[in-house]
Amino acid sequence: MLQLDCPWCGSRSEEEFSCGGEGHIVRPTKSEDMDDAAWGDYVFMRSNQKGVFFERWRHALGCGRWFNVARSTISHDILAVYRVGDAKPELPE
Amino acid sequence: MANYSIFALARNALQRHQRWPQAWRSPQPRPSYDAVIVGGGGHGLATAYYLAKVHGMRDIAVLEKGWIGGGNTGRNTTIVRSNYLYPESAAIYDHALKLWEGLSQELNFNVMFSPRGVINLAHDPGEERELRRRIYANQLAGVDAEWVGPSQLAELCPILNLDQNIRYPVVGGTLQRRAGVARHDAVAWGYARGADSLGVDIIQNCEVTGFDIQDGRIEGVKTSLGDIRTAKVGVVAAGHSSVLAAMAGIRLPLDSHPLQALVSEPVKPVMPTVIMSNKVHAYMSQSDKGELVIGAGIDPYNSYAQRGSMPVIEETIRAVVELFPITSRLKMMRQWAGIVDICPDASPIISATPVDGLYFNCGWGTGGFKATPGSGHLFAHTLAKGEAHPINAPFALERFYSGALVAEHGAAAVAH
Repeated sequence: MLQLDCPWCGSRSEEEFSCGGEGHIVRPTKSEDMDDAAWGDYVFMRSNQKGVFFERWRHALGCGRWFNVARSTISHDILAVYRVGDAKPELPE
Repeated sequence: MANYSIFALARNALQRHQRWPQAWRSPQPRPSYDAVIVGGGGHGLATAYYLAKVHGMRDIAVLEKGWIGGGNTGRNTTIVRSNYLYPESAAIYDHALKLWEGLSQELNFNVMFSPRGVINLAHDPGEERELRRRIYANQLAGVDAEWVGPSQLAELCPILNLDQNIRYPVVGGTLQRRAGVARHDAVAWGYARGADSLGVDIIQNCEVTGFDIQDGRIEGVKTSLGDIRTAKVGVVAAGHSSVLAAMAGIRLPLDSHPLQALVSEPVKPVMPTVIMSNKVHAYMSQSDKGELVIGAGIDPYNSYAQRGSMPVIEETIRAVVELFPITSRLKMMRQWAGIVDICPDASPIISATPVDGLYFNCGWGTGGFKATPGSGHLFAHTLAKGEAHPINAPFALERFYSGALVAEHGAAAVAH
């Protein structure tokens, strides 16, 4: 079971959280100018990284806040927890 | 290929079973092939078999990084059904079901397909309406489906808890009588034996590490056993599809998650059918060995580790114990997970890609086993002809740009 360190509430078990999938996907500001290929890529295509994966989590049964996690999708090790808006941390691949 | 029959069995019994021929060869890869299939699971082996059998392509290699059938083919709960909602899905899954019905004869290998019926339960009036809608959709698409009420359910599965005072009482369910279960390993072995006898090289312990792409055309694959030249590559790698796509510079709409299952200690026959419930998230059947085979859900986060988390197991066990009270003191023997490639619309992708000669068959998510023969048959057509068969045409990668999704979240039966 994962133990996640909510930046607001501290360390809690994964059962209190919901996973929001891949993080750092920026909503395009001028979507009306995008073609279908670019829009489809934004909406559906994912990196699905094997190894270090940057993802969003929400402390659904706690404070309700979103935050970012860098986690290994091979070992499940939590490599970094940081707030929404913070830059991706530098991590070895 | 030595034919398997009652006479072969008798002859080999007299020889104390010491002279059975090997079922397939273990060749080293040759420098070039007409086509290379990446992934030696059921779908990949079926693709190679139908390429050789139906399309006459014999110069084929199947590359498997582990051992054949060691991934999701050996990790699923063996359920076979075709009662999906949309006509496109009903067509593709029923195509597979029809092939299942004659598969043991086709392969001269007993895949133990057992059409014992699959029941999908409804636990409230809303769910009943949704499932009845699916029955009508199935009937229009030529797929058998019927509604069964509590009294019929009691006859079909006496161990099912029909008490109206439980947390989620059962109000009825759908029944597909042609659906059932099959022996998962035998499917991989049967296709491997069949493909090998037609000249296909099945190469195990051979991992693909990259693609050779020149001017947007596939020229070969790089593997842990050396480079192989080929003009056609079909990738059938389930949970690792995104990893292989990235090697070719392609992005896929997939997320990989662990899907768990577990089996109990063997008991006498108590479960004559397959029961699935979306609402409480549990499904169960009984194997021929007597183990109760229980399917759980996917972990909510991406993972390539072939193990699942406890909260998912706990949720499923809670549901199973309520639906089948006799299981409350059964010991669970084994628990495992397979990495499934979840697609946003819960439908598969059988498609050409922006790289000429490179094709992907992926996105089967939580329900790929049932489609094994159909998936291989259609992917072989797509590879051989260079264009989709009418049945798999709606399942191209293009749908994520056009918006013509085939949303099967309800009928996929596993929450995702």
